[in-house]
Amino acid sequence: MILYCIAPFFWQFLTSIKDSKEVFAIPTTYIPREISLKSYYNIFTLRPFVRYIINSTIVASGTTILALIVGSLAGYALARLQLKAKGMIQKSILIVALFPQIVIIIPLYEMVRVLGLTNNPLALIIPYTALNLPFVVWVLTSFFKQIPQDIEDAAKVDGFTRIGILYKIILPLSAPALATTAILVFIFSWNEFLFALTFMTNDLARTVPVGIAMISGAASYMVPWDQISAAIVITTLPLVIVVLFFQKRIVQGLTAGAVKG
Amino acid sequence: MAEIELRQINKTFAKKVNAVKDITFKANDGEFLTLLGPSGCGKSTILRLLAGLEMPDSGEIIIDGKKVNDIPPADRDVAMVFQSYALYPHMTVFDNIAVNLRLRKVKKEEFTRRVLKTSKTLGISDLLDRRPRALSGGQRQRVALARAIIRNPKGFLLDEPLSNLDAALREKTRGELKLLFSQLGATVIYVTHDQIEAMTMSHRIVVLKDGVIQQIGTPHEIYNVPINTFVATFIGSPKMNLIHGKIDDDNIVFTLNKIPLFVLPGKDRLRKYIGNDVIVGIRPEDITVTSRSHDETHNAQIVLCELTGQQTMVTLHIDGLELKVIAPSSFDASEKLVGIKIDPLHIHLFDPLSGQKIY
Ligand SMILES: Nc1ncnc2c1ncn2[C@@H]1O[C@H](COP(=O)(O)OP(=O)(O)OP(=O)(O)O)[C@@H](O)[C@H]1O
Ligand SMILES: [Mg+2]
Repeated sequence: MILYCIAPFFWQFLTSIKDSKEVFAIPTTYIPREISLKSYYNIFTLRPFVRYIINSTIVASGTTILALIVGSLAGYALARLQLKAKGMIQKSILIVALFPQIVIIIPLYEMVRVLGLTNNPLALIIPYTALNLPFVVWVLTSFFKQIPQDIEDAAKVDGFTRIGILYKIILPLSAPALATTAILVFIFSWNEFLFALTFMTNDLARTVPVGIAMISGAASYMVPWDQISAAIVITTLPLVIVVLFFQKRIVQGLTAGAVKG
Repeated sequence: MAEIELRQINKTFAKKVNAVKDITFKANDGEFLTLLGPSGCGKSTILRLLAGLEMPDSGEIIIDGKKVNDIPPADRDVAMVFQSYALYPHMTVFDNIAVNLRLRKVKKEEFTRRVLKTSKTLGISDLLDRRPRALSGGQRQRVALARAIIRNPKGFLLDEPLSNLDAALREKTRGELKLLFSQLGATVIYVTHDQIEAMTMSHRIVVLKDGVIQQIGTPHEIYNVPINTFVATFIGSPKMNLIHGKIDDDNIVFTLNKIPLFVLPGKDRLRKYIGNDVIVGIRPEDITVTSRSHDETHNAQIVLCELTGQQTMVTLHIDGLELKVIAPSSFDASEKLVGIKIDPLHIHLFDPLSGQKIY
C-alpha cells in the first residue's frame, strides 16, 4: 500500500537526477546510469523558480493563517453560543462547500480584476480562504464541541474573558485539530492550479504548480521531463517539512485528564 | 468571607424544564450549607446561578450584601469546584492553581508563595510540575480544591467534589474537608446527593426535590423532625418505614387493618384527626424486635437479616406490610416469628394526601 503510494514519487526523483538525454533513452533505464544534478541547476537558472516557491509560500501560509483565525472564531461561535440561526448557518456552510470551483471562477476573476488584485497574492489568499473555510469551520466546530463545558465554566469563574478562554484554553486544547486542518489547508493552497493560473498572469507572480506546468510550455517540442521532475521534488519538500512540523504538535490525548475519565 | 443569599429565584431551561422554583435561602458568614437532593433536583443549577454561569428568570442573588444578578462570574469573587474538577489539561498543576491570581495581576513572588502554601496545606506539593492527566482522581480533586482555596474568595461553591472518589477515600476526605473549611472560616455552599456527607459535614442542610425546597434545617432537625414524607424517607438509611393506617378512638389508638398497633400518648392536637387516615413514619431504630407473645406487640415474620457489622438490618412482614428494623449485631435470626415493639414517642405522623407532617 505504502509502496503503491510512494512509487510514482520515487520515479520522479530518479528521473530528476538523470541526465536529460537519458530521460528519453530507449529502452527506459530505471536506475540512472550517471547521477546528474543539472536539471536542478536548470530550473533555478532558466526559470524564476525561487520566485515561484516564495510566491507559493506566501499564498499557502497566508491562506492557512487567515483560514484558521476566521475558522476558529466561527467554529467557536457555532459550537458554543446560543444562536437562533445556528442550524441555518451550518447548512449554508455545507452548501457553499459543495459548489464546484469552476462555477465561481469567472465572477471571481471579474472581482479580482475590478479590485486591481491581479498578480497580488491576496487574489489567491482570499478565495483559497473562502474555499477552505467550510471545511475548517466544520472540523473545528466538532472539535470544540468535545471540549467539556465545565472547563470553560471554570475559566469564566477564574476570570478569563471570552477571548481569553478561546486563546488560552480552547485553542491550546485543540492543537491536534488545528494542526491537522492547517496541514490540509496548506497542501490545498500549495497545490491549487486553476485559480493560480487564472489570476496570476505575470510570470513572476506565479505559484509553483503553474510554474511547473509552464516549464513544458517554454520548450515547445521537447518536454523537459528531468526539469519537471526536479521541480516537483523540490516543491514537495516544503510540504513534507510543514507536515513534519505540525505533526509534532499533534499530541493525541491532550485533553485526557481534564475531567474524570 | 460573606453571606450568600438567594431570594425567590426561578430558572427555566428551554422554556419547559422548570429547573428551580422559588428558591430562597441564606448561608450565613462562615456557614457550611449543604444542598441535598436526588439527581436532577436542581442542585447544580443553583450553584451555577450563584457563580453567574446561569441567569435567573426572576429573583435576586445577594453576595456579601450586594445584589450580583448582573455581575459576571469573574467579578463575583466566589470560587467553584466542579464535579468533574474541570482542570485545565494543558497547564501544569502549578499553573492551574495560580491562574486566577495571575489574571488578577498578583505579583509573581506573591502568587508563588501562595501556591506553595496552599499546595502544602492540601498535600500536593510534589505534584506541581505535573499535568492533570498524570494525576489520580483524588489528586485531581485536591488540585481543584487548591485552585479554589488560593483565591481566598467570599464563598466556596462545591459541586459534589467527592462523588468521583472511591468509598474509602471519600470517607477520609469528608472529614478533611470539614476541618479545612472550618479552619478557613469559609462560607461554603456544598452540593451532594449523599445524605451521609450532608449529615456529617453541614451546619445546615437544604433539602430539594424537583427544584423546590422541602426543608431547611440543621442535620439534627432534618433527621428528627422531617417536614414531609419525602424528607423523612430521603434521609436515613435504611429508610424510615411508612405505614398507612388510621387513628381510631379517644385513646388515639393507631390501627393497622383493625389491629391496634400502639397507643399514642394523649395529644390534644391529634383529636381532630380521629377517624382519619394517616401515614405513620417509624425509623428502623425505633422499632424493637421482641420475642413472641409479648404485650403490645404483633407477630411478625422475619424475611431477611443483613448483618452489617455493628448492627443487623432485619426485614419483617407483618399483615402483608414490610418493615425494616435495626437490631443489635448479636440478633438471633433463627427465630422465624417474632414480636415488635414500637416506641410511640418517636413516631411521625403525615397527612396521606399532602404528605405534610401533622405530628
Ligand atoms: N443547560 C440545560 N438545558 C436544559 N435543561 C437543563 C440544563 N441544565 C440543567 N437542566 C435540567 O434542569 C434540571 C436540574 O438539573 P441540575 O443539573 O441542576 O440537577 P442536579 O440536582 O445537579 O443533578 P445531579 O445530582 O444529577 O447533578 C434537570 O432536569 C436538568 O435536565
Ligand atoms: Mg449536578
